[in-house]
Amino acid sequence: MASIHEKKFVSGDPAKCVGCCVCEYACSMEQEKTYNPTKSRIRAVRLNPFVNLAVACRLCEEAPCVAACPRDALEQSQQTGIIIIDEDKCNGCGWCIEACDYGAIQLHPETKKVFVCNLCDGEPKCVEWCPEEALEFTTKDLLAQKARIAIVKKLFQEALKAPT
Amino acid sequence: MSYTKRILHVDLETGKTEIEPLKEEMAKKYIGGIGLGMRLFLDNSKPGVDPFNPKNPIIFATGPLSGTMAPSAGNGYAVVSKSPLTGIIAESKAHGFFGAELKRAGYDAVIFTGKSEKLVYAWIDDDSVQLMDAQHLKGKSPHDTEKAIREELGDFYIRVSAIGEAGEKLVRIASIINDEFRAIGRTGMGAVMGSKNLKAVAVRGTNDVNVANPEEFTEFIRIIHERMKGPATRKYRTLGTPENVLVLNAIAALPTRNFTQATFEGAEKVSGEYLNERYIKKIIGCATCGMRCDHIGVVPEGPYKGATARVEFECLWALGPNTGVDRLDAIIEAIYQCDYYGMDGISAGVIVSFAMDCYENGILTKKDTEGLDLRFGNAEALVETIKRMGSRKGWLGDVLAEGSMRAAEKIGKGAVKYANHIKGLELPGYELRTLKTAALGFSVSFRGACHLRSGAYSPDVKGKVDRFKIEKGRGKIVMDGEDVYNVVDSLILCKFSRGVFYEGLNEMAKYYTLATGIEMTAEELGKAGERINNLARVINIREGKGTREYDTLPPKIMSVPVPDEGVAKGAYVNQKEFDIGLDDYYEVRGWTKQGIPTVEKLKELGMSDLVPIVKKKIGSQTPKKKRKGGK
Repeated sequence: MASIHEKKFVSGDPAKCVGCCVCEYACSMEQEKTYNPTKSRIRAVRLNPFVNLAVACRLCEEAPCVAACPRDALEQSQQTGIIIIDEDKCNGCGWCIEACDYGAIQLHPETKKVFVCNLCDGEPKCVEWCPEEALEFTTKDLLAQKARIAIVKKLFQEALKAPT
Repeated sequence: MSYTKRILHVDLETGKTEIEPLKEEMAKKYIGGIGLGMRLFLDNSKPGVDPFNPKNPIIFATGPLSGTMAPSAGNGYAVVSKSPLTGIIAESKAHGFFGAELKRAGYDAVIFTGKSEKLVYAWIDDDSVQLMDAQHLKGKSPHDTEKAIREELGDFYIRVSAIGEAGEKLVRIASIINDEFRAIGRTGMGAVMGSKNLKAVAVRGTNDVNVANPEEFTEFIRIIHERMKGPATRKYRTLGTPENVLVLNAIAALPTRNFTQATFEGAEKVSGEYLNERYIKKIIGCATCGMRCDHIGVVPEGPYKGATARVEFECLWALGPNTGVDRLDAIIEAIYQCDYYGMDGISAGVIVSFAMDCYENGILTKKDTEGLDLRFGNAEALVETIKRMGSRKGWLGDVLAEGSMRAAEKIGKGAVKYANHIKGLELPGYELRTLKTAALGFSVSFRGACHLRSGAYSPDVKGKVDRFKIEKGRGKIVMDGEDVYNVVDSLILCKFSRGVFYEGLNEMAKYYTLATGIEMTAEELGKAGERINNLARVINIREGKGTREYDTLPPKIMSVPVPDEGVAKGAYVNQKEFDIGLDDYYEVRGWTKQGIPTVEKLKELGMSDLVPIVKKKIGSQTPKKKRKGGK
């Protein structure tokens, strides 16, 4: 199974994020045809000037939001990992919201049904617009690779400098 | 369309609110931001109102782009009132997150009048507007107030614009601060809030903001985003405005020790280069902006360890070179204290340097300062004086809290010679003796000494004109700068982004039309800029301070030659060239020799209703002057 390379999601880099919320505006325009951060599927958090991060759905394996729904309104796509919401079944009870550790699934201010990142058909607008390139459309495997390469580079920085 | 077409009136005495529709004609004529705000001020105030009188309105205005994804413009708001510092029209803008929230709550402007009996904050939750008890917030800094309000209302995304102790105590240079570091800084708007017992405005806006033409609007901002990554914003993204320190120092244009010298021997130590290497911890951005410019400095060690502030050139200069202080740790602490008490860092620094000048010249003594050794360069004395001023502590703190114009009068003994203000507003960081287009521009600015009303320093610094003289032609440079800046401040574009509009007013007009759906040409927009300048001038005339005798320069600029060796030695602005500049400026503006907009000019600009104000003034002045032929 090569699925770990396939399930791409939007990941934010706190070292690069400046908390500008451009992602929220890009998301609401793409998905809702308006500018309104409360209708954005990605939300930025600025705790203080130095700690900023935008958070969206991380496509958990065995997603707890799906498991928490008492009305079977949520389903996770086998192929993409996206959480698909059956709006006819959702009654806005919010069990899924409580189950999500990341605040990624939210109640829509108008429809009163839950909504969550759908990856814009594989071309997330937030990633495209982020002026800091702090958002990446990536897989968990690639994130792990990146981290490993970074740590090895750090450990062997002297060796990397030396001509071989 | 991106206007909400709603103006909210809040009576702080009764708590009553009312919605007034914004007519499209009014929107197009005055745009939003300072233009709309000043027009609403004129329409909602009586002549001669005292700035601290409950009847003096304070207006929070958003712009036509606020709340949209427009980079640098989607997040702005302006505050307009009559200034307790200058007694004339006052306006100031801030970016961050608050402006977008206010727009989403559904308002193009909010007009506060009256005075609350007790300290309150206004809680604007979309359509619901309440006055909330704020007595427990008394004395808190703007940022602590913001945190406390978010906590008690239970929503992290609420945005707050608040005053600190300085505003509560009617310190005349008090600011209003939103989102921790963004300030409605100049002209003492925080004191007007304080006089109304209005501690803060807290907003939650959940409505959609729509633009008239989403597809083309998106394409347009994509271009702006790309340009923001390019040369037009390089300075703001890299060293930031503190880059100016060495640039101005090199051309003898960095005012030092209260405009005594024009170069600072400690410039390297307070330079943008030095600052970024040692103190800047992160550069962050405002809502919707693709540029990011907020250079957040943290003091890593020493007596001011941990002090955190957004560091821009103006405050760095005012609290650094202009007070003779060459220690960035103390400068960052001083900026932090200004933010903590809620004071304009430019005015604060220039007032401290004024006090230092008085001390050095024996006008203020150690008895007056209660033991403080207020010499130029004394970093501890700088920080202590800021704190006293912010809380009106002691005789010195109380006097300086009045601003340099009033303080100089109160101190007496010739202190006025050392007061560096125009119309009561302290000078920003450009040496006017060596940047003379700037001197003219600052003197005619409608809110008092200001680099942001015309950008008239730019042709001087860039070498486009002979900066050591004022000659015919400078009037037009100032006027053109003013008219564009009036548009920028009414659209509430961040001035740091002005360079990304390669086609100037053409692109700004396009921006406006794509967002609002209201047709606007570059010519019409330029006219709006001119209209707004005339409007402000007429308001000042109504307040009795809008004529030639108020377009002045401080004594130092006009009588003390620059002492520094080099190109600038001996430079100062003489009365003759200054008069040439004023005549030239009034002429291109189509104003009288006394600087009064003519009846014809007001009619041309579609402001016939203001004619009675100028007629009264022209009538009272012209008969005494020599008559022109044919009259």
